[in-house]
Amino acid sequence: MVLKKLFGPEGYKILKKGIWREHPIFAAGLGICSALAVSNKVENAVAMGAGVTFVLIATAIIVSTLRSLIPQRVRIITYMITIASFVIIVDKFLKAFFPVISESVGPYVGLIITNCIIMGRAEAFYIQNKVYHSVLDAVSNGLSYSYTLITIAIVREVLGFGTLLGFRVMPGGWENWVVMTMAPGAFFLLGLALWISRAIAERGSAEEEA
Amino acid sequence: MAHALTIFIAAILTHNIALTYLLGMCPFISLSRSIKTAFGMSIAVIFVVTLTAAINWPIYHKILVPLESEIIYYIVFIIVIAASVQLVEMIMERFFPPLQAAFGIFLPLITVNCTVLAVSLFMVLRDYSYGMTLVFALGSAVGWMLAIMIVAAINEKLKLIGDIPGGLKGSGIIMIIAGIIALAFMGFGGMVDIN
Repeated sequence: MVLKKLFGPEGYKILKKGIWREHPIFAAGLGICSALAVSNKVENAVAMGAGVTFVLIATAIIVSTLRSLIPQRVRIITYMITIASFVIIVDKFLKAFFPVISESVGPYVGLIITNCIIMGRAEAFYIQNKVYHSVLDAVSNGLSYSYTLITIAIVREVLGFGTLLGFRVMPGGWENWVVMTMAPGAFFLLGLALWISRAIAERGSAEEEA
Repeated sequence: MAHALTIFIAAILTHNIALTYLLGMCPFISLSRSIKTAFGMSIAVIFVVTLTAAINWPIYHKILVPLESEIIYYIVFIIVIAASVQLVEMIMERFFPPLQAAFGIFLPLITVNCTVLAVSLFMVLRDYSYGMTLVFALGSAVGWMLAIMIVAAINEKLKLIGDIPGGLKGSGIIMIIAGIIALAFMGFGGMVDIN
């Protein structure tokens, strides 16, 4: 309840909605490309999650500040240019400070531009709401994107490489599940995660109705 | 020539853009519920991917590189993609109304289809020549079409059986199908080498 006081009732609702009820990956099915592609190692997932969160927050600030100035007809291209500019910052930052991650994440950083989460939130929320609420929404969406990515990445890295953040965690005789590091593993795991989250969500809504 | 053929086959089978690079997943999941919409979207993707790669290559190599402003290529590429999609839509509306009616609804969606941007980014990363770029773009788009059509067909058959657990319905089962197909596509691995 500290959170409720801290952000105000309205802000708290927005935060909660993004993190569970309207979870961008599970409930809305957005941003799946990158969720699948960069979740093979935890460090990649952390970098990607932080990058997307940064771009989301920056876009939220820009778009909601300028919301009364952006003409209706060119709003999509405005989002795109805003997003693309911040993605360049993320890309250059990774290249300069984390060259190894930048190398292995490759083109997927550039593809944050077409990550539907950012575009979708801009169109659905930031263009109509105040800066403060938009930033809260960006934080909660960014957080839920990151925690999902990191959870999937933990499973994939432990099973596929036998390591966690590069440290060996599996016993010596462990045979790596190579398939986990590749595309099929990503599909299966995300499918499973979707299944679990749906099942929990359905139970939750059934209880609310009862 | 042999090299171009290698790239084409690699882009379709061994380095399939949907099943190996996991790109273009949002439309993949929302549109693979019926073969008809999947087909409409794939035709639009083939057209737009090839067109934008053909425009982006000269812009990158003949304008951005000589001016040493490669840093803004994300912005340039995304604007080119958005603008050419808009242009294609207007041309179709004016000259081919039936075509517009058939896959007009898919065109605006393409702007946020990562396949389109990804092909342009791969073209820069792998330093393809103009001809290679065209072949690679066409191959990638055809590969995407192959993947989405297979998944859509399986999905339609599954609906007839209809015994899917509640939580898996919709996107969950599509992920699982795609995973199995991706496993199958791994069987093509080593057939051609892209490097």
